[in-house]
Amino acid sequence: MTDTKPSGITPSQTVGPYFKYGLTPGADYRWNDAFGNNLVTPDAVGERIRIEGQVFDGDGVPISDSMLEIWQADGQGRFADQTKATLPNAAFRGFGRTGTDKSGAFAFDTVKPGQVADPDGKPQAPHILLAVYARGMTQQTYSRIYFESEASNAMDPVLALVPADRRDTLIAKKQGASYRFDVHLQGDKETVFFDL
Amino acid sequence: MTLVYPRESNSIHAPRPYPAYRSTVKRSPQKPLVIMRHTMSELTGPVYGQETVRDNDHDLTIQHDGEPLGERIIVHGYVKDEDGRGVANTLVEVWQANACGRYIHVVDQHPAPLDPNFTGAGRAKTDDKGYFRFITIKPGAYPWGNHHNAWRPAHIHFSVFGHSFVSRLVTQMYFPNDPLFAFDPIYNSIPDESVRRRMVSSFDLDNTKPDWALCYRFDIVLRGRDATPMESKR
Repeated sequence: MTDTKPSGITPSQTVGPYFKYGLTPGADYRWNDAFGNNLVTPDAVGERIRIEGQVFDGDGVPISDSMLEIWQADGQGRFADQTKATLPNAAFRGFGRTGTDKSGAFAFDTVKPGQVADPDGKPQAPHILLAVYARGMTQQTYSRIYFESEASNAMDPVLALVPADRRDTLIAKKQGASYRFDVHLQGDKETVFFDL
Repeated sequence: MTLVYPRESNSIHAPRPYPAYRSTVKRSPQKPLVIMRHTMSELTGPVYGQETVRDNDHDLTIQHDGEPLGERIIVHGYVKDEDGRGVANTLVEVWQANACGRYIHVVDQHPAPLDPNFTGAGRAKTDDKGYFRFITIKPGAYPWGNHHNAWRPAHIHFSVFGHSFVSRLVTQMYFPNDPLFAFDPIYNSIPDESVRRRMVSSFDLDNTKPDWALCYRFDIVLRGRDATPMESKR
């Protein structure tokens, strides 16, 4: 069955407008969520934070049928490990998923990640990986959420690759008790997306 | 096992703006994507607990009091990496329209009946060889507003994880010989015809269950390959 080498990967297709009942049903459908927008478990290591934002299209119109997924390390920069199944802080899985609501809004409750090294061993500033899916997107787009007032941002090797006038689109801003991070798929305020 | 995820593997995907699929026009980035090396953040990926997949989550025909209407089918296959190795214990999620081509989603207003015995959502975890199996009913084709008389070929949506956050794939599985392929901008957004065919399941007579259900085979290949060619290890 797996003896022949495949000719290439399976192509992506849009998540479409109707994913909610399968991927983010909440209480609206007779199905259960495999993942939610609250990553905080009782034993999660790190500062509790909330990230809120909206997703917009190229005309600045909020997108009500997009899905966001995040992946991150815990407060000490440790990722959950598939091969070990658990972290020392057993329950923190580091993965979250949510759909946007009528106003294009989303929120994640999580912990602020610690620093993770780049391939040269240089520390990266605290960041969360973000994947955005929507009707009208032929494949997911990847971005990163960094944090305002984080001194290590200035030294971050990935932020350094981003044109200086666009770096701001990757920085979540402190707003009251939470962080604000909007996603603009297109236009003057277009969020920086990475080719991974 | 340490895998690498060369960017070239992604070259087969649809262009992000694909104007024939109208919704892409305002929802695709116009500025160049920033190229970066993969770090630990990109090379690791989600872990799920035992509770993520329940015993009967792979069977979409037994989630309600009665059985759904439609043609009962088995959909099975392997999730593999680019070297052909099965991806073990990975999560496969599916969602689909009912036999009439109607989604249970509140936004779907296609004037075809809902089926009180069908939600259309399922999930499975691959076994240690990367194998998964669903039992469902064959979804119907349905009209959509993209252009005059636009119809989507029958399909099942798939969401798969793999070994890392960059192997994540959302796609659609189609059925063989659908006459709507030629007219569907979503199917045709994939530039290469031989690549498009990777999304088409094959009729699998051998695994049909006599007097009970037809069977379709769908293998999924995710990003990820050995840093060195497989041959050199033999």
